[in-house]
Amino acid sequence: MSLATAQPEVMPAGVDRTANRAVVPNAVLGMLIFAVAEVMFFVGLISAFTISRSGAMPGTWPMPGQPMLPKDATLVNTVALVLSGFVLLGAQVAWAKKRPVAKWLVVAAWVLGAAFVALQGREWAQLLAAGLTLTSSRLGAFFYLIVGMHGLHAIAALGGLAVAAAQLLRGTMKGGLFFGVQVFWYFVVLMWPIIYARVYF
Amino acid sequence: MSTAAHADHGHDHAHAHHEPGFVEKYLWSTDHKMIAMQYLFTGMAMALVGGFTVYAFRMQLAFPGMSVPGYGRVTATDYNALVTTHGSVMIFWVAMPVLIAALGNYLIPLMIGCDDMVFPRLNRLSYQLFLISAIILVASFYVPGGAFGGAWTSYPPLSAKAEYSLTGLGSSMWLFAVALEFAAFLLGGINFVTTVMNSRAPGMKMFDVPIVVWMIIIASILFMASVGPLIAGAIMLMFDQQLGTGFFDPAKGGDPVLWQHLFWFFGHPEVYVVLLPAMGIVAEIITVFSRKKLFAYKTVLYTAIGTGVLSFFVWAHHQFIAGIDPRMANVFSVTTLLISIPVAEMVFVYIGTLYGGSIRLTTPMLWALAFIAEFLLGGVTGIFLGASGADIYFHDTYFVVAHFHYTFFPIAFIGSFAAITYWFPKMFGKMMNETWGKVHFWGTIIPFNFIFIPLFLLGIRGDHRRIYDYRHFPDLMKAGMQDLRILATISLLVLLAFQVVFLVNFFVSLFRGPKAPMNPWNANTLEWQAPSPPPHGNFPQGLPNVYRGPYEYSHPDRKDDYWPQTEPASEPAKT
Repeated sequence: MSLATAQPEVMPAGVDRTANRAVVPNAVLGMLIFAVAEVMFFVGLISAFTISRSGAMPGTWPMPGQPMLPKDATLVNTVALVLSGFVLLGAQVAWAKKRPVAKWLVVAAWVLGAAFVALQGREWAQLLAAGLTLTSSRLGAFFYLIVGMHGLHAIAALGGLAVAAAQLLRGTMKGGLFFGVQVFWYFVVLMWPIIYARVYF
Repeated sequence: MSTAAHADHGHDHAHAHHEPGFVEKYLWSTDHKMIAMQYLFTGMAMALVGGFTVYAFRMQLAFPGMSVPGYGRVTATDYNALVTTHGSVMIFWVAMPVLIAALGNYLIPLMIGCDDMVFPRLNRLSYQLFLISAIILVASFYVPGGAFGGAWTSYPPLSAKAEYSLTGLGSSMWLFAVALEFAAFLLGGINFVTTVMNSRAPGMKMFDVPIVVWMIIIASILFMASVGPLIAGAIMLMFDQQLGTGFFDPAKGGDPVLWQHLFWFFGHPEVYVVLLPAMGIVAEIITVFSRKKLFAYKTVLYTAIGTGVLSFFVWAHHQFIAGIDPRMANVFSVTTLLISIPVAEMVFVYIGTLYGGSIRLTTPMLWALAFIAEFLLGGVTGIFLGASGADIYFHDTYFVVAHFHYTFFPIAFIGSFAAITYWFPKMFGKMMNETWGKVHFWGTIIPFNFIFIPLFLLGIRGDHRRIYDYRHFPDLMKAGMQDLRILATISLLVLLAFQVVFLVNFFVSLFRGPKAPMNPWNANTLEWQAPSPPPHGNFPQGLPNVYRGPYEYSHPDRKDDYWPQTEPASEPAKT
């Protein structure tokens, strides 16, 4: 790494040493590529669910004896998560303008995200009590798989967001981590409405 | 660019200063070259595993019921496990690590002129995950029930329940190893793309990047865009195995064909994930050894991108007899036949590069030429299988086996041997023995054709591929069919024996070979401007600047027949 600065050559005319400065920072580019792979992962899960549902015999979907998914109650979770995405976007705008409110906006985004995970947890407890389990039906299997995978991503992203918030509060944030965490959080946020629309309805 | 400053790198891996300990240097390194070596040697070790398994089951096919020397009697369960392991190992633990991980890690920073990957610790983690996955796979041979025997495609319902596969632990370990391996390559791919986007040497524009680097990048993007659905499928299959869900098990209302879609959505782009780097290696070698500019650089690049895009729309040609809608089969027949066009175009461009060049038949050049010739056979026979009408007859016969070995053997072995013999002087600072290299070349290529041409003939006669003992199928024992099987097996033994020549040549050259100069092949690309082997940080004289494309051989304005990318023109550069 340090060798990059040990550049003894005199630059001749016609070659611009700054020509290949990174347009997109490493952390953002790396995370974007990761997000593409992750989007394809969820595309795989959701299309498997769609195919499986479309192949069900007439009258067997929704599954008899299985609870309906609480689409109205989940709207609250959805709003909390989407709001959290917008708040984090606001934090980025504030951070770029060096406004001190940025760190509190990140904290607010974390709280909203954590509320989403908590509400999801409550919903799972209710559904389990109502008889929808992983092995009770294909609906249950797909529901817990897809929503659970998204939940795991949300929890991981909350961890990253917590580190970013801590660095911002301590004033040690340089940027790379913040951008990377943002990309991952937007991925989690944007994935959810698609899952909500494809799985709950 | 003097070499005098690097005299302290005369001995193998002898770094002069701040000598790191053994573990730090060989096992816990973040240096892209060391990680590449780790991938290369692990891949070579796994190739021995893959070679041993094929030896055992081919002996059973040629001489059913015999006690195979070094293995013993191959039972039906053994046979399934051996075939499955052979396929999985050769694709996931040999072709992928050697062609993408080892060469990508080694070549990308050197060829684009930077000191390391942008995420070196991620890179180290990538190898460690890969190593664990390899250990898990090999260990699955020694658990109760033995290794997984449901073929490398792992179709449910066979793979979904221990009661069906009879290898409960083995199938779970197989699945876990594959999933872990994908995670490893995901980390590697993120590294590759980010590094090439952000760390190119000053002056290196998009079209100054060597084709092999482009190919590895396109392959990495293909991998990352296609692997998601398979990881989704793998998790669903894991749930079926461990938690008793019924995603794929028809007994529980699941859909086994769904797995085939998820698997082949990845599985077919995967073919191009390994093909493209091999194509790139060949491009580098044929330009250097025909002393000519690569014919139609941009055509190769756009063709590769086109191949990559198209490869996402061909997957269902693996499922023509799986009960998919015939109208869908028609669509996938058309896309499958279409994809032969860009690949044929690349081969045509390579032949155009050779045309009129002053060709030097060194060992790497022989491998590169053999790649073009043998891969062509694989591609042409693929057209028969891509047409759904013909495929219904050929499906699951040895014609298919021969076809994909005519593609995968050139990719995984001919491509790797071309790369190893070409970059060996750079990797280890020693020259390989040319004579023994050529002996190994002919000793590999000739038996290779004698293995798989008989299998084409068997396949045309309807020889089904998933049979353990043909003595139970009198229709498949008629008029010389067993002779063809024996011919294939004996050719395999010859081929395997000649790999000893390679290993001896490799290790003897590594320790005793003559010292390699900085640029033994008079090549243009940046890695040849670094010392052989490059020290930590790659370019001790300072990171290079780039003034021209990678393939300016036999330029009329220059006395030498090559023009390194780092050398400016005496006048201001023309482009």
